[in-house]
Amino acid sequence: MSFFDELGQYLSSANNREQIVDTLAEHCYLALLPLVLGIVLAILVGWLGNTWPRARGVILVVSNLVYTVPSLALFVVIPSLIGTKMLDSINVVVALTLYTAALLVRPVLDALDAVPPAVIASATAMGYRPARRFLTVELPLAVPVLAAGVRVASVSNISLVSVGALIGVGGLGVLFTDGFQREYFSPIVVGIALTLVLALVVDLLLVLLRRVLTPWDRAAAPVKEEVPA
Amino acid sequence: MIGEIIDWFTNSANWQGEDGVPTRVLQHLGYVLLSLVIATVIAVPIGLYVGHTGRGGVLLVGSGNVIRALPTLGLVTFLFLLFTDSDIAAIIGLVVLAIPPILAGTYAGLQAVDRSVVDAAEGMGMRGGQRLWQIEVPIALPIVLGGVRNAVLQLVATAAVAAYVGLGGLGRYLLDGLAILDYGEVAAGAILTALLAIVLDLVLATVQRALVPRGVRLAEAGAKKEVSA
Amino acid sequence: MGIEFRGITKKYPDGTVAVDDLNLTIEDGTITVLVGPSGCGKTTSLRMINRMVEPTSGSILLEGEDIRDSDAALLRRGIGYVIQHAGLFPHRTVLSNIATVPLLSGWDKNKAKKRAAELLEVVGLPAEVGKRYPAQLSGGQQQRVGVARALAADSPVLLMDEPFSAVDPVVREGLQDELLRLQSQLGKTIVFVTHDIDEAVRLGDRVAVLRVGGKLAQYGTPAEVLRQPVDDFVAGFVGKDRGYRGLSFLAADDVLVEDVPTVRVGSKPEGSDGWRLAVNDAGEPRGWLAPGSVVDGELVEGELLAGGSLYQQGTPIRGALDAALSSPASLGVVVDADGKAIGVVTARQVLDVIENHPEGVAR
Ligand SMILES: Nc1ncnc2c1ncn2[C@@H]1O[C@H](COP(=O)(O)OP(=O)(O)OP(=O)(O)O)[C@@H](O)[C@H]1O
Ligand SMILES: [Mg+2]
Repeated sequence: MSFFDELGQYLSSANNREQIVDTLAEHCYLALLPLVLGIVLAILVGWLGNTWPRARGVILVVSNLVYTVPSLALFVVIPSLIGTKMLDSINVVVALTLYTAALLVRPVLDALDAVPPAVIASATAMGYRPARRFLTVELPLAVPVLAAGVRVASVSNISLVSVGALIGVGGLGVLFTDGFQREYFSPIVVGIALTLVLALVVDLLLVLLRRVLTPWDRAAAPVKEEVPA
Repeated sequence: MIGEIIDWFTNSANWQGEDGVPTRVLQHLGYVLLSLVIATVIAVPIGLYVGHTGRGGVLLVGSGNVIRALPTLGLVTFLFLLFTDSDIAAIIGLVVLAIPPILAGTYAGLQAVDRSVVDAAEGMGMRGGQRLWQIEVPIALPIVLGGVRNAVLQLVATAAVAAYVGLGGLGRYLLDGLAILDYGEVAAGAILTALLAIVLDLVLATVQRALVPRGVRLAEAGAKKEVSA
Repeated sequence: MGIEFRGITKKYPDGTVAVDDLNLTIEDGTITVLVGPSGCGKTTSLRMINRMVEPTSGSILLEGEDIRDSDAALLRRGIGYVIQHAGLFPHRTVLSNIATVPLLSGWDKNKAKKRAAELLEVVGLPAEVGKRYPAQLSGGQQQRVGVARALAADSPVLLMDEPFSAVDPVVREGLQDELLRLQSQLGKTIVFVTHDIDEAVRLGDRVAVLRVGGKLAQYGTPAEVLRQPVDDFVAGFVGKDRGYRGLSFLAADDVLVEDVPTVRVGSKPEGSDGWRLAVNDAGEPRGWLAPGSVVDGELVEGELLAGGSLYQQGTPIRGALDAALSSPASLGVVVDADGKAIGVVTARQVLDVIENHPEGVAR
């Protein structure tokens, strides 16, 4: 039986199709919620490091350390750290939020550093208080640099979610363990293809979002992309 | 639960034989180093060629991003079904995943070399090879090695995931422990994997410090000072 | 012989014509400045000399030989090249930066290092700078190292692309003086690119003004370009005060130097109703004593009005006019080569001389 016959057979089953749709939906949730939470967390931490330079060193060391911990290891220790059940999807969300934040803290700090001091000074001179200045002046100006990091984080999240299948919560990853156990190519290939498509679609949406958020940047030269991690 | 972990680590049975810590650590290290060497041999020359000539940069970045989006677990299970050999499947999977960060680091490193420096080298009569090895590579080294460090982190993490298809290494503790709900073993596996990643990263950081020319470090420090000033 | 551009045209792949049918002969042992607005093809022209850019048509002769006949890398080792920001290698010490070309040409290490140390001195840097890295130098020092590195090949030809434009005006003037001093000793054939007409006039034996589109607008001595711009473009480019700058090329031999009452610092002068020039024991001017000012006891320098610029006899007339205009007494102090005051000139007298000068100014 050729691979395509196998694939056709696999996709013709309503059960399988339902499983694909369900796992895809779960995958989106497991990848994108942490992306949003991680961005917020990274901005908070970045703000801290920016207003309180002494915290910077600690922040960078901790975020490097978090990033160093392998995904599977993080997935399995989180339940004991926060007291959730082993099969709870919260574990994956928390772990990926931490990764996203760890990945983005440095770009956030770099981006905030790169805001011209003259801009900050004139905003202060016009009477902005620090919090408002941060949200309406510094943060928007940091978006171009931040955007590159967010794109890397989104791709990495989307591909990492499937590792969660090993602890029972893995979105499309379940298709991989399924295919492996049944020695069946189709679910694995479908899972890989959908992961790639999802990553591509989200990436395009992020590019669009960045354009919408930074209308002033379009006239200027494009920002050089960060070296992806 | 701390108790369980301590029990596991103090149980001498866990330190001996085929399933003992020394063997598992060495196995893990072996997979990481083997795939790192293969990936480096493939990725560095390509990165140098593209970075030096400037030809194919878009293709390189694009394909790197696609590979980055490949789900580890899907790739490894797919390769296992294809080759029905866990070692071959895992090593190929690891190599594939280690290539993009090394490629991106090498390429980005050469891209980041100040054009006027390369220009001056050419103007003084350095030939292509002399320019590449005497000027571009030493200056690009910090970013190239940054890519290698990223690759190593991903390899340690991915080698643990690859244990799913029957590979040895530290992933065994995580997966076997999960299967029998032996929490101590799972946590021990997580801790060991994380430690291995951190230690390897530290070793590479030291290598990086030793290899990067002093003048390049000074120039970097100077640039940072200018930004923060 | 020098360097000869023969019908050189450069069209980049995207269709930009950077240089259009350029014919130019650069004399041996002179500084020739290519000047013009941004994007007019200066860099392109310069880089065709060491084959970093290949012309679309035409040929360039160096010492009578077509440069296409020599190997590009070998050709470059025989031509010094200095660029903006110097392009120093950040991972090599200053000395090994300077030693680059000798080492490439196969000199042994010691000889190359020795040569590099000599050059460090030639460009006016202290020896201890040699062990430092470029990141540890100021912009002006980096630029000097860039010049030293280009001199290391001991090549007769030096190409300089806006070498001084990234440093502040004071440092730039110092570097320009240094280059002129070096040139008076070394007598190289220097092709110098700048978009600053003042720099061009200051450094150049000959100035080539290029217009956008890569056409040669005018080629001549600085005086010719300032006094007789061939068209509105050149006139506009050399600027509004070209008439005044043209005075840099006019001798002031005919200006009458008048005597002026002097007082010696440290003496006890009596009152007077005219301006008096204060001089020290060596006869050097120190400042002015205003009419009617009364001095209690000995005259000290703190009581003097600061003087204007000094005009050294024998230099161009621009200095004489400036001395007169900048003096509080409206009297420009004239000094001899030793700096001793020998008299004064007025602006009126200087202008009379200019108006009656046979060469005229900016007509
Ligand atoms: N590699 C290239 N490809 C395409 N066009 C180029 C290239 N290099 C230069 N040009 C174009 O050729 C023209 C001349 O460029 P060139 O660099 O020689 O100018 P320049 O006189 O040195 O200007 P500047 O004072 O700004 O340095 C410009 O219009 C420029 O955009
Ligand atoms: Mg130029």
